[in-house]
Amino acid sequence: MNYTNLTKIAINALKRNKFRAFLTMLGIIIGVGSVIGMLSIGEGSKKSIQQEISSMGSNMIFVMPGSQRRGGVQMGRSDAKSLTLSDISQLKKEAMYLSAISPQVSASGQAIKGNKNWPTTMYGVDASYLDIRKYELEDGRIFTEREIKSLGKVCLIGKTVTENLFGENVDPIGQTVRFNGIPFKIIGTLKEKGQNQMGMDQDDMLIAPYTSVQRRILAITHIQTIYASAVSEEKSDAAIDEIIAILRKNHKLEADAESDFEVRSQSEMIQTFSSISNMLTTLLGAIAGISLLVGGIGIMNIMYVSVTERTKEIGLRMSVGGRGNDILVQFLIEAVLLSLSGGLIGILFGLLISYIATTLLNFPLVIMVQAIVISFLVCSVIGIFFGWYPARKAAGLNPIDALRHE
Amino acid sequence: MDHVIIKVEGLRKEYHIGEMTVHALRKVDMEIRQGEFVAIMGASGSGKSTMLNILGCLDKPSGGDYMLDGVNMRKLNKNQLAGLRNSKLGFIFQSYNLLPRTTALENVELPLYYNSKVKAKERKERAIHALEQVGLGDRFHHMPNQLSGGQQQRVAIARSLVNDPVVILADEATGNLDTRTSYEIMELFQKLNDNGKTIVFVTHEPDIARFMKRNIIFRDGRIQREVAVENRFSATELIAKLPKEDDTDFLSA
Repeated sequence: MNYTNLTKIAINALKRNKFRAFLTMLGIIIGVGSVIGMLSIGEGSKKSIQQEISSMGSNMIFVMPGSQRRGGVQMGRSDAKSLTLSDISQLKKEAMYLSAISPQVSASGQAIKGNKNWPTTMYGVDASYLDIRKYELEDGRIFTEREIKSLGKVCLIGKTVTENLFGENVDPIGQTVRFNGIPFKIIGTLKEKGQNQMGMDQDDMLIAPYTSVQRRILAITHIQTIYASAVSEEKSDAAIDEIIAILRKNHKLEADAESDFEVRSQSEMIQTFSSISNMLTTLLGAIAGISLLVGGIGIMNIMYVSVTERTKEIGLRMSVGGRGNDILVQFLIEAVLLSLSGGLIGILFGLLISYIATTLLNFPLVIMVQAIVISFLVCSVIGIFFGWYPARKAAGLNPIDALRHE
Repeated sequence: MDHVIIKVEGLRKEYHIGEMTVHALRKVDMEIRQGEFVAIMGASGSGKSTMLNILGCLDKPSGGDYMLDGVNMRKLNKNQLAGLRNSKLGFIFQSYNLLPRTTALENVELPLYYNSKVKAKERKERAIHALEQVGLGDRFHHMPNQLSGGQQQRVAIARSLVNDPVVILADEATGNLDTRTSYEIMELFQKLNDNGKTIVFVTHEPDIARFMKRNIIFRDGRIQREVAVENRFSATELIAKLPKEDDTDFLSA
């Protein structure tokens, strides 16, 4: 057998039927391209959510008061007063896996400057809070230990509040705002952080020493939330266990008693959101799988039909001396060329879809090698098989029967 | 010049259609020598086409022997038959059977593609030579749909010549052509025969059969009679007698 000649024959045959070749390739292109595109969109969304969550804080762990029973009545979480400043000092003393700890109390209210006012939230925290939540100072300074101890009336201001009280391009540092009637001197501004993935404006806030918010505004002694950073992501689970142990001891809970607090971590949130976007990926994968199937059926059809309709050509080739095997190899080469070039174009097409979609949706571009390999293999195998199978049938015909085929 | 090219003995062919058995050929004996120009004639269903298909190794006989140039084709498998068709036979069809959207040159090259001994350069040279032989030296790169019926049949004849076969088999080669073009094709066949080509030509038209040297008439799957043609037509002379402005082509077509 002369493969050079048969390859030439196959290429000439494809050239003669460019449109049919294009249609066959189109099935493969769409099949491969959609699988790659869809899965990359799914993975990209997952990655994007993960990034958003990690931007919320560095290995962040937070402790909320648990709901409590008082005389058989289940109390809401906000009423609980189970977390105290002694918990904080105990954690600071004993915890090994935490790099930073901060209490948080918050009060909502109206911030007033001159004739302008704006509803916002004031968070009372420790200085380490900024690191834990990944806030950055744009200008000015953070409050000192002394200011915390002395219930200092100082605060940091978020971009949204600045814009609404002072307008744009005004330096608010040194100015005074009134929050719930109490004047706070602005000592620093926060860098813009934008919205979080739930659409909350993370720049609509004032940050003040927790002591000031506790005593001057809320008139409470307990704290609402504890924020902490684990020393590393891997130590996150160990840190959670450690916090639970320390707090239970500090709250003097019996071994079988329910904890009166709850510990959550960023990695848990990532898992929760990941499971949602995993569902999305599965869904998109299923759609892509269906397009692969439809593409595959398209390939089958056009391959089968084109070989069948070329039975007469096969008869002619045999009548001038083509052997059954020559015919078979010719059609196989055609199918391989179509499938491989279709597959390659499909991969490029899929990457293009991925690129465009992730750019438009602002997702990170994730290229899934498995998607490329699997879709390429599936389409090529279908293409080659359905080029080979009818050709084998035709090649087995008597030349005269193939010639008479209409 | 009397080397036996085709020798057929007791050749039978039966088709089974349901319960019925159709005898297309019943014990045919026949001999064709080198340099002959034979017409196989007969009405539809007389078995003449079946005979030609078997001679062309496109179909297998149900019984009997067929020796082509000293090779018994009964003993050959499919691949060997294909090789035989490639090296010893040239087949011409009534409907030309050219590959569409393929140039005349490539169509003529086709048989040589299946002969691995022929290199690309030689393949092209032989195809050009064959096309020049049939008078299409200026039509190498035309597609079949850019050629007239007669020109298409010339391409098919060139294709049958390109592998230098021992015998050319033509199945109603003028059946789709008008009178003048038929004569022109017959002129070409006569020229090829004069140069020594052995030609077997199936036709049902007695007029066409008179261009050949010998006629074998089939009837009901048997050879009814054989005649040597007297007063053989010369295509060149007949073409000269046709009116110059060819209105008659419309009438006789």
